[in-house]
Amino acid sequence: MRADIPKDQEFLLPATLPFITLSLFVAVMLNWLPWQGWALVLRPDFVALVLLYWCTHKPHRVGIGIAWMVGIFADVADASLFGQHALAYTVLAFGGIVLHRRVQMFDLRQQSLHVLPMLLLGYAAYAAVHWQVRGYVAWEYFLGAAVSALLWAPMTLLLQALRRPRSDPNEL
Amino acid sequence: MDDTRTLRFFNRGPSPVARLIFFCVLSLLLLFVDARYQYLESTRKVLAVMIYPFQRLTALPGETWGGIASYFETQRHLLADNAQLRQRHDADAALLAQLQVIQAENAQLRTLMEIKQRVDYPVRLAEIAYVERDIFKRKLFVDKGSQANVLAGQVVMDDTGVVGQVTRTYPWLSEVTLVTDKDHAVPIQVLRNGLRAVVFGSGNISEMALRYMPVSADIVEGDVLVTSGIDGTYPPNLPVAKVSKIERDPAYPFSRITCAPLAGVDRHRALLIVSGLPNLPERPATVDISAEPERAKKRIKRSKQ
Repeated sequence: MRADIPKDQEFLLPATLPFITLSLFVAVMLNWLPWQGWALVLRPDFVALVLLYWCTHKPHRVGIGIAWMVGIFADVADASLFGQHALAYTVLAFGGIVLHRRVQMFDLRQQSLHVLPMLLLGYAAYAAVHWQVRGYVAWEYFLGAAVSALLWAPMTLLLQALRRPRSDPNEL
Repeated sequence: MDDTRTLRFFNRGPSPVARLIFFCVLSLLLLFVDARYQYLESTRKVLAVMIYPFQRLTALPGETWGGIASYFETQRHLLADNAQLRQRHDADAALLAQLQVIQAENAQLRTLMEIKQRVDYPVRLAEIAYVERDIFKRKLFVDKGSQANVLAGQVVMDDTGVVGQVTRTYPWLSEVTLVTDKDHAVPIQVLRNGLRAVVFGSGNISEMALRYMPVSADIVEGDVLVTSGIDGTYPPNLPVAKVSKIERDPAYPFSRITCAPLAGVDRHRALLIVSGLPNLPERPATVDISAEPERAKKRIKRSKQ
């Protein structure tokens, strides 16, 4: 366990604003792909994952405010009530920011187990609003949180790889 | 990982808890306003126009794939399709000729009996832009919006039956709520005997429910349900659903009737928007009806005194 920690603290390029924006943009695009039927039920929430990544790794760059704004755009695109996604992402970002030091202590597999409850909380906020307004909940909706948690490790690896400095092939 | 220091030398603004509370309250406020009032529709439209190009972009891979698939469709397949369609066209033409005669006859009979003439409803073609990404809702978007004079409340159908209703319009898109959306009600009439009822969506794409029908109601499996047109929203005589299962249990006051929608939303890309609502005479003002109980109450009070 202890041996894992220095490995995590490898040298990464500073997360620039264009890179953060681009990652969120790609996540939003993935969410808006025409998912249907079972694919829609099992669809991971890419936006939630990327937001959670930035909230745990750069909590001072990406915070609750940005999560809320992304949520508003998601609400318009999904024709859901104004504030429904925003509320879910706000809760999610808060979880990420409060637990960011704790999450970074663990390896990826254990991180996924930390991420799952946070995602479930965000999903629950969304479902609760829906339940209040329309009066029923589709339980299979929560499968998406589990799939998202499974995708946490690959996505973290991908974003870390993109942030790693390119090694110069001509050096020494 | 220079951010993980615990010392707070720099002012980072309000604490996470303060931000959480602020944004949660803001979200809840927006939710309340959006659910109860219509103030935010213009804001939604502006934002929808902003994200419209990106939404079209996400639909692009699917469209390209469909284009490629149809490009490589074999000639034999097309020929068979063509022959089948021509056959169907001939059969339809014969029926259509009969229909014209019957229509003329009907119009004549109606003038003789001094019944108001039937209205023809102009239809226009729209394509499904994309289906809803939220598993809670049965909605889809079509590519005609308020720029093409689509109004909220208009009926959307395909060649076999009613698909849904336009519930919100954007400049180049309209949001269509399907008839299978949970608790979406369509006033219908049984084609066989004219029995009127209301069919409700179940939230399941292939199921609808006919509620509050007495056990003794004259409905059999296979009955076709068409819109009755008495609500002033749906034009009359559009097929909606077919009764698929009836459970009559004397323990309950109502029989449990399950129907299958006739229109296949997941089958076509092209849909028809039926524009032009039936112009029924103005509904009498409801003020008198609501005032009636008030007066009755007063009378009761007075009699108590």
